[in-house]
Amino acid sequence: MNKVVSGADEAIRDIEDGMTLMLGGFGLCGLPEKCIAALVKKGVKELTCISNNAGVDDFGIGLMLKQRQVKKMIASYVGENAEFEHQLLSGELDVELIPQGTLATRCMAAGYGMPAIFTPAGIGTEVAEGKEVRNFNGKDYLMEMAFDADFAIVKAWKGDTMGNLIYRSTARNFNPIMAMAGKVTIAEVEHLVETGELDPDYIHTPGIYVHRIFEGKDYEKRIENRTVRKKL
Amino acid sequence: MLDKEGIAKRIAKEIKDGYYVNLGIGIPTLVANYIPDTMDVVLQSENGLLGMGPFPFEGEEDADTINAGKQTITKLPGSAIFDSAMSFGMIRAKKVNLTILGAMEVSENGDIANWKIPGKMVKGMGGAMDLVASADNIIVAMQHVNRAGESKLLPKCSLPLTGVNCVKKIVTELAVLDVLPDGGFKLLERAPGVSVEEIIKATAGKLVIEGKIPEMEI
Repeated sequence: MNKVVSGADEAIRDIEDGMTLMLGGFGLCGLPEKCIAALVKKGVKELTCISNNAGVDDFGIGLMLKQRQVKKMIASYVGENAEFEHQLLSGELDVELIPQGTLATRCMAAGYGMPAIFTPAGIGTEVAEGKEVRNFNGKDYLMEMAFDADFAIVKAWKGDTMGNLIYRSTARNFNPIMAMAGKVTIAEVEHLVETGELDPDYIHTPGIYVHRIFEGKDYEKRIENRTVRKKL
Repeated sequence: MLDKEGIAKRIAKEIKDGYYVNLGIGIPTLVANYIPDTMDVVLQSENGLLGMGPFPFEGEEDADTINAGKQTITKLPGSAIFDSAMSFGMIRAKKVNLTILGAMEVSENGDIANWKIPGKMVKGMGGAMDLVASADNIIVAMQHVNRAGESKLLPKCSLPLTGVNCVKKIVTELAVLDVLPDGGFKLLERAPGVSVEEIIKATAGKLVIEGKIPEMEI
């Protein structure tokens, strides 16, 4: 069960124009930056990207937006990206904004083999338009469908050659649930170790969900909003 | 009249010992600074953290440790990390006791609008729709009137809604108000130096005033 590939270029080799991709991360935290760089280099177009955010102008998915590689963006919050806002208001980019919990749970549903979920998020708002509403115990819930993505691309802290993954701190975020949700899942990790080196009790994503894994070099791990306090 | 810190300080008084609390971006974030050390309160950040601590010291920032506002933060002893699905699972299952968030508009029946200005601002709802749809205890921190001087406490919201019938309490620079179950803003407290007349003038929605309105203690 060796899932190791040589690097990002090999990992994304069969991602083609028009495909649907899930990309892990929250803002720039836990972002699969090596695969994004490879996608930018490859120049695939007409992509549908499912990710909580759209990066910033010069990092993350923002790099793909700049090259007009994204046809549709499915996200919950896109406030940090002027290029995104420009393409959206000019009509070049199709955007579906959905509640963050709905986004997460639609990933989870795909990974758990469930076709749909029910959530109260969006009831009475424009998010509910055209969707089935069911009442359970006196409260209304929206039916939201599981995502169907060709590829899920995630970033983990450690991984082994079988594809077992461990995330670090809040860089976990959407990564484990997206890892479970792709038809093909690519994991880029900071540290790739031999099978047997990770404690089975501490695996976050079992390797069964992961198809390709590689170690990325020199992670930039850019900070979006650096906030500090002074030492007294 | 209160400044932003004053609003945060007053809201902090609503937090009880043993609460798990989710703080939104903006004024709500400041509330953390006014929770007494004697209280056992755990802050939830919806990107996947329970036990959010203060900002790191200069030079100790960790790119992997941020809050939902993408600010670098620290973890406290006893913190727990989880994925985004579990994060909203605990919100939906009402494990989080109090949600504090900002708003552009609140209506007299507790509807809230805070995610979109058509044609002008497209940033997205983030986790706000999930939070307001599930939380039982929602406090809004906001300015009473917008920059154009128009009331943000309305009979009906004019902007796209984030959630319906969900806001329980509002704290502004002028007042503390409850949203009544049958509709209407019930005036509870005045900010220092603010008269009831000023609050009436700044409130477009139905305002309920019973008896003498005390000045808030902060």
